[in-house]
Amino acid sequence: MAGVAGPRMGQGAAGGDGDDSLYPIAVLIDELRNEDVQLRLNSIKKLSTIALALGVERTRTELLPFLTDTIYDEDEVLLALAEQLGNFTGLVGGPDFAHCLLPPLESLATVEETVVRDKAVESLRQISQEHTAVALEAHFVPLVKRLASGDWFTSRTSACGLFSVCYPRASNAVKAEIRQHFRSLCSDDTPMVRRAAASKLGEFAKVLELDSVKSEIVPLFTNLASDEQDSVRLLAVEACVNIAQLLSEDDLEALVMPTLGQAAEDKSWRVRYMVADKFSELQKAVGPKITLNDLIPAFQNLLKDCEAEVRAAAAHKVKELCENLPMEGRETIIMNQILPYIKELVSDTNQHVKSALASVIMGLSTILGKGNTIEHLLPLFLAQLKDECPEVRLNIISNLDCVNEVIGIRQLSQSLLPAIVELAEDAKWRVRLAIIEYMPLLAGQLGVEFFDEKLNSLCMAWLVDHVYAIREAATNGLVKLVQKFGKEWAQNTIVPKVLVMANDPNYLHRMTTLFCINALSEACGQEITTKQMLPVVLKMAGDQVANVRFNVAKSLQKIGPILDTDALQEEVKPVLQKLGQDEDVDVKYFAQEAISVVAQRLRKLDFPVKDSEEPSTPGADKNHFLRPRDPERTLGSGERDGRLSGSVASEKTVEAVQFRGTHAAKGPAYQRHVNTRDTLAQLEIAELVHFPQSRD
Amino acid sequence: METGTTEADIISTVEFNHTGELLATGDKGGRVVIFQREQESKNQVHRRGEYNVYSTFQSHEPEFDYLKSLEIEEKINKIRWLPQQNAAYFLLSTNDKTVKLWKVSERDKRPEGYNLKDEEGRLRDPATITTLRVPVLRPMDLMVEATPRRVFANAHTYHINSISVNSDYETYMSADDLRINLWNFEITNQSFNIVDIKPANMEELTEVITAAEFHPHHCNTFVYSSSKGTIRLCDMRASALCDRHTKFFEEPEDPSNRSFFSEIISSISDVKFSHSGRYIMTRDYLTVKVWDLNMENRPIETYQVHDYLRSKLCSLYENDCIFDKFECVWNGSDSVIMTGSYNNFFRMFDRNTKRDVTLEASRENSKPRAILKPRKVCVGGKRRKDEISVDSLDFSKKILHTAWHPSENIIAVAATNNLYIFQDKVN
Repeated sequence: MAGVAGPRMGQGAAGGDGDDSLYPIAVLIDELRNEDVQLRLNSIKKLSTIALALGVERTRTELLPFLTDTIYDEDEVLLALAEQLGNFTGLVGGPDFAHCLLPPLESLATVEETVVRDKAVESLRQISQEHTAVALEAHFVPLVKRLASGDWFTSRTSACGLFSVCYPRASNAVKAEIRQHFRSLCSDDTPMVRRAAASKLGEFAKVLELDSVKSEIVPLFTNLASDEQDSVRLLAVEACVNIAQLLSEDDLEALVMPTLGQAAEDKSWRVRYMVADKFSELQKAVGPKITLNDLIPAFQNLLKDCEAEVRAAAAHKVKELCENLPMEGRETIIMNQILPYIKELVSDTNQHVKSALASVIMGLSTILGKGNTIEHLLPLFLAQLKDECPEVRLNIISNLDCVNEVIGIRQLSQSLLPAIVELAEDAKWRVRLAIIEYMPLLAGQLGVEFFDEKLNSLCMAWLVDHVYAIREAATNGLVKLVQKFGKEWAQNTIVPKVLVMANDPNYLHRMTTLFCINALSEACGQEITTKQMLPVVLKMAGDQVANVRFNVAKSLQKIGPILDTDALQEEVKPVLQKLGQDEDVDVKYFAQEAISVVAQRLRKLDFPVKDSEEPSTPGADKNHFLRPRDPERTLGSGERDGRLSGSVASEKTVEAVQFRGTHAAKGPAYQRHVNTRDTLAQLEIAELVHFPQSRD
Repeated sequence: METGTTEADIISTVEFNHTGELLATGDKGGRVVIFQREQESKNQVHRRGEYNVYSTFQSHEPEFDYLKSLEIEEKINKIRWLPQQNAAYFLLSTNDKTVKLWKVSERDKRPEGYNLKDEEGRLRDPATITTLRVPVLRPMDLMVEATPRRVFANAHTYHINSISVNSDYETYMSADDLRINLWNFEITNQSFNIVDIKPANMEELTEVITAAEFHPHHCNTFVYSSSKGTIRLCDMRASALCDRHTKFFEEPEDPSNRSFFSEIISSISDVKFSHSGRYIMTRDYLTVKVWDLNMENRPIETYQVHDYLRSKLCSLYENDCIFDKFECVWNGSDSVIMTGSYNNFFRMFDRNTKRDVTLEASRENSKPRAILKPRKVCVGGKRRKDEISVDSLDFSKKILHTAWHPSENIIAVAATNNLYIFQDKVN
């Protein structure tokens, strides 16, 4: 079968005949309607290849009409189609024919799936730039009008996104029409369309003349901001950011601020939430003077809003708001107008509000300076460190670096310690996991003495936690600590404690020793590894639990490169050989794998061989099938008897190998297909036809 | 229209779309059948568009929840149409656990012409391909296809009793016995819980949610009814969680009528906003009540649906009929309300004239275009001609689900496995 396509194609290429490339294209065209979505999708993604083969003329007269009517397809195919068509101008004959792409995109702009519609609109926007000014008015603007006055709201929503691209290049008469269409969409019957219009209001305002902004956009904005639908009003808040940037301070004060003030006091919490959420953008858009007069009082209200969602959103913005205040008088404003409200929030009833505040409050210390921080902020930090909600405490701890720069961490350490200890022993393992992640950071800021005295014991306790994820994170944490405090510290404080666990009656703890050694050996270096760790590992080779033994083999393989050759030859090799004769298949397997790796290293050192000639080790490429062997890898199964899952995994390996075998047997049948794709890959390079954008 | 008499064929919900052009039914077998009204033809004035089957599809399949060892029935509990957004139609259908969004669309063209195959589908010799063919679309017989667009699953621990589309067209809610969730049509993997009446200790449970609906115009307002006969109106603007209601509609109980069954028969089985949004209508076992949104302490109108059953509550309790959940509907102008009863009877009440009528949906007396005769149930001693005695009512024939065309006097009545469509007499 493979032979059929292969030789003929070769012939064709040799003859230089144009037809030989037809076969793969024919396949692609037929697959545009294959029953398999994936094949259709592949074909659509190669649409440019098809168009290139058909030539500009047939693309315009045959391919595009066909595509215009294929809107029945799956979303992902339509999405790909919408995207492709955005880059198709070159393939239909350049800017002069760009309008040929409008019909298929128009039908895509009316489908019900938002992502497809949005993509179609994006492509239309792209293509609009490639239209000449004449073509724009002759083809593109009528399309926008058609969509804007369509029967279904899907088409009208799509129209909203197209006004801003054609407006700047249209003649004055057409401009007036476009504005009229936009106005009517802003008061459309369906909230869907009003939402679309509201979300594009800001963008459209930017391309309008300033007079029109004042005379038309502002009234539209005012209307949308008092729409009966909450979902429309909240989008008007977003538009406000854009409109505010366009107007002078006086106009803003007179035309926009009353509406924005209303939004901040809207009956619907969702609208107020939106104001809180967009606060920094609004603040930047309206400038410092209006911020002080209007926004700060509004912000105070949002901070004590009756809805927790709003308070949380506002609390998130506290730091940004303070940062963006003008330097002059900033401290006074914060101290007098913001801080009193923050103090209230520290003891809020809702934990999301508190944790939102905790995630930014530390940032205020850099803004307020040392004196204020100690006097005013520190009591708040301390209160939050004692908060009943772990999230709040974690957020404070994770941002300690900000405070450290200003007042030094010592101020906090008295309260910090109980907070850390409590989090470290929290019943929820995710909380424990979070604090472990911050441990290296804390250690760095608190210093080695404080760490040894207070925190070291916590780190060791985590190593024997009953959740594997915690033990694993603790192990990785140790590496970072060693990198921070150095080898000597490791040798004196950590290594002895880790090694003691090798004699623990629980085999999981004994394995933790091995995992720690795997992680620490590199950071600790050759001397410590050889002198202190290696003997322990070797001794564990006699462990009665097979899981421990095969992990010994894995550890030896891992630390092998750090050891010197003498140790490898004289100590490691005999032990591995003994494990290689183990009664357990898994132990045997890993021992042999380790032996081959170690042997390779020894051989390389003795008589260097070229890598390519290296006989490939039989087990090496199977390795990824064997992943599940490590019983601890999957969370939750950590406490299960490892041997059981080990043997299950072995069966899987066999299966996997067999599976590969059958695949290989079927090989030739696949090859023809592969062949066509290869030809296509070559064709793809040709599709990059570049057309300069025409703009006048 | 009879379709056999198996359990799976029993109709479990009926719903007109917003124009009244389509009518959807769901059944216990998880199927949705959509009927389309025929276009009015000019030469046959007396035949004003009959409804014919437009599309049938399997919406839900029986499932098994292995984690909870629970069978999940395929029965369609509710269907709600979405406002039309393009040439296709969209509806939500739900069983006990999962809400699905369906798209019903037409196709009248199909592509023709392959490169590697001839018209009969035989493979061509690749060597003979000398030109490329682009497929061409040709007209074909109209095909209606239903495709599942979204599946909103895994959000309900209890059985979903209601779904309702918000007037903002971007959200809808689904209510089960204890919770109400708010969904966005675009997002299937998360929903917001807006009402949760589950007590910390399930032994303290005293009431469940029986139905819920959004206000037809105010996107922020919705009501839900409870098994205690009360209705709560909530404002989503006030707070993200609507556990606290804004209004509470309850009629004080008449102590003289109190009996063992009082609580059961006061349980509300359906709640519907009027099209104007001014009133809400509730159905309990014996009555339909109309409430003014502005008056919480008592209903403005109460209609007796089948008061003659009051003396038979004991036997209705024994055969479980007392737990039947009757629905109720408004006509297009909110002036007439309709609800079902037993013996294939259904009742209509004119709110202006205060007249009421009992009609029967039966195959015997409903030949095409025959006029329905009002029926009477005899209460006391002597039975007159044309009357039927309370004792001879058939309690297995119940009309639970009805629908009224949004603008015309066309009604759809589901009687077990039969769907009857009645319309005004044409003059």
